[in-house]
Amino acid sequence: MTGEPGVTGEPTFLGLPTAPPGVGHLRGSEPFPAAARRALADTQLRRNLGKATSTIRAKRARVVGELPDWEALRQAGQQIKADTMRHLDRYLEQLEAQVTARGGVVHWARDAREANQIVTGLVRATGATEAVKVKSIVTDEIGLNEALASAGIHAHETDLAELIVQLGRDRPSHILVPAIHRNRAEIREIFLREMADADPGLTDSPAALAEAARQHLRRVFLSARVGISGANFAIAETGTLCVVESEGNGRMCLTLPEVLITVMGIEKVLPSWADLGVFLQLLPRSSTGERMNPYTSMWTGVTPGDGPQQFHLVLLDNGRTAALADQAGREALHCIRCSACLNVCPVYERVGGHAYGSVYPGPIGAVLSPLLTGIEDNASLPYASSLCGACYDACPVKIDIPSLLVHLRARHVEESGPSPEAVAMAAAAWVMAGPARYRAGQRAGRLGRLLGRGGRIRRLPPPVSAWTAARDAPVPPAQTFREWWRER
Amino acid sequence: MRVALFVTCLADTLFPQAGKATTALLERLGHQVEFPAAQTCCGQMHVNTGYARAALPLVRRYVQVFEPYEVIVAPSGSCTGSIRHQHAMVARRCGDEALAARAEAVGARTHELSQLLVDVLGVEDVGAYYPHRVTYHPTCHSLRLLRVGEAPLRLLRQVRGIDLVELPDAEVCCGFGGTFAVKNADTSTAMLADKMRSVLATRAEVCTAGDSSCLMHIGGGLSRLRAGTRTVHLAEILAATAERPA
Repeated sequence: MTGEPGVTGEPTFLGLPTAPPGVGHLRGSEPFPAAARRALADTQLRRNLGKATSTIRAKRARVVGELPDWEALRQAGQQIKADTMRHLDRYLEQLEAQVTARGGVVHWARDAREANQIVTGLVRATGATEAVKVKSIVTDEIGLNEALASAGIHAHETDLAELIVQLGRDRPSHILVPAIHRNRAEIREIFLREMADADPGLTDSPAALAEAARQHLRRVFLSARVGISGANFAIAETGTLCVVESEGNGRMCLTLPEVLITVMGIEKVLPSWADLGVFLQLLPRSSTGERMNPYTSMWTGVTPGDGPQQFHLVLLDNGRTAALADQAGREALHCIRCSACLNVCPVYERVGGHAYGSVYPGPIGAVLSPLLTGIEDNASLPYASSLCGACYDACPVKIDIPSLLVHLRARHVEESGPSPEAVAMAAAAWVMAGPARYRAGQRAGRLGRLLGRGGRIRRLPPPVSAWTAARDAPVPPAQTFREWWRER
Repeated sequence: MRVALFVTCLADTLFPQAGKATTALLERLGHQVEFPAAQTCCGQMHVNTGYARAALPLVRRYVQVFEPYEVIVAPSGSCTGSIRHQHAMVARRCGDEALAARAEAVGARTHELSQLLVDVLGVEDVGAYYPHRVTYHPTCHSLRLLRVGEAPLRLLRQVRGIDLVELPDAEVCCGFGGTFAVKNADTSTAMLADKMRSVLATRAEVCTAGDSSCLMHIGGGLSRLRAGTRTVHLAEILAATAERPA
């Protein structure tokens, strides 16, 4: 029997929910080309990014080159992640059971709004009006600081770069180095302006800036009752959480407060400790270009008399199961947030992170953000790449980002209605699918010879006028190759 | 050896000299070049812009036209990359598993010019003479999709009279990227500006590459600036001799 949905007992599947609009930072206010145009005009930004990314690129290349089994490690990383995604439900339930058995409390948040409500409620219950934060992109993704602020709770960023961003009322522009768009002189200005206790004689030497931040934060650390973190990894077999960092601020946040709240995307789970061994080799080398990061903190539930006596783990979806439902796109969930793809991307290096409009910029952001929000809300991002492939080569878990970008472009075209571009593309394909039509097209194109002046074309009509804004176009030759071949 | 030439729609229509040079070079090396006239375009522009389904007839045409040949050559790393790495994907996306299998087989027999010469034919000295200062730009798809590696440079190093100079930051994209150059024209231009800075720093009179598309981009920028450096396809340099200069 056929009939309306519901009548047959077959429910209509509306798709898995994506990250909701109106909360968090996964969507920009304007399309990428427009945001990029403004960023490209900022010469200070171009200089800062060029210098920073080339430095990290060189460091990464050096330490990756030291490992004879780098390719095998990448392969292992890719396979562990693929297995984890295939059985994500099982590993997450295992993680929940283990965390709970060891005295932690697990909360499931379907989206940013729910996660913010959970965390706000947990902080409120302690009576605290302040919290200290470990650097965490997922809490930037959900806009946690704003949510806490509207509940009268001030979240102190304790990572140096996050502090610079917070004090500057700015947005992070890089996954690993959130203030990569700022140079020393700019950071000094921000500190002098925003830190009441800053020494007026503060110089812009890195040591002086770090010391100023250290003095500023010390008081905060010692009085904080609530710590908030993200997680780099969570190990399902024991319920252990892991945060890797460079500055030691994370260790302070994870050990000093009475209450620790960790927000983690559901894709961060790993099956076992043996798997962690692979990723602790891949991540530091790919991110900071170090053999090992200075601080690796791991904790399992609550230990009486040692460290936080309350531990809450918030497992966040916010579009991740929607990404998982895309069989090709789910590979983007393998990302371990190392940011190697940003540092090698010629687009990112020139436009910076803000142009992407999402807390996840660069090549991985251009696939991850649309997967989390739904493509229509980040439709320009999959096109923000020349498909040069440098990101794929650099990715420690071998995410084929160029193919994912092409896949998302196809999904965008297939999911949106007819457009002038679609009509033009269909016409071009029709012309090229028949040799006679193709030859006729070539003859028509030869009219372009009329546009030629001095062996070049300085101005083409729309829609290709953007080409000749900065580049000459070639004048079509008097004879095509096939005409030459026929005559020879 | 009998070699089928896939000239690419771009070279056919706008840069026929790349196709002529490929023909002249292979014939000079004693091979028999055939040009199947029913060929058109590999469909890469469609696939990379999101129109994989529209590209299906182009994939089918490529497979049908070149299936009879054992060795196929294209003077383009990018089109060869699309044929090898995208044709089967397009067929699968459209649910045509049989076409996907055929596309994989034909793709494996399709070679970019420098790879055909060095890896398949085992030749590095093609007897060329080109008395100019030249810098080589390894295009992204040649480098990272096809892994041509040093093949083009090994060919260029054997050319008589050439003054080959290394391009700084050679492996960075020139900013072409197909429709990226138009959809994200500003970013594309910023990338081009840096590539031109590198090219001009070499003081070369010629910038060469294995792709007419990237050369069209770099050359379009250099021409706009009246920079005094021209772009020439790798095939043209390798085809040039003292008797028949480029």
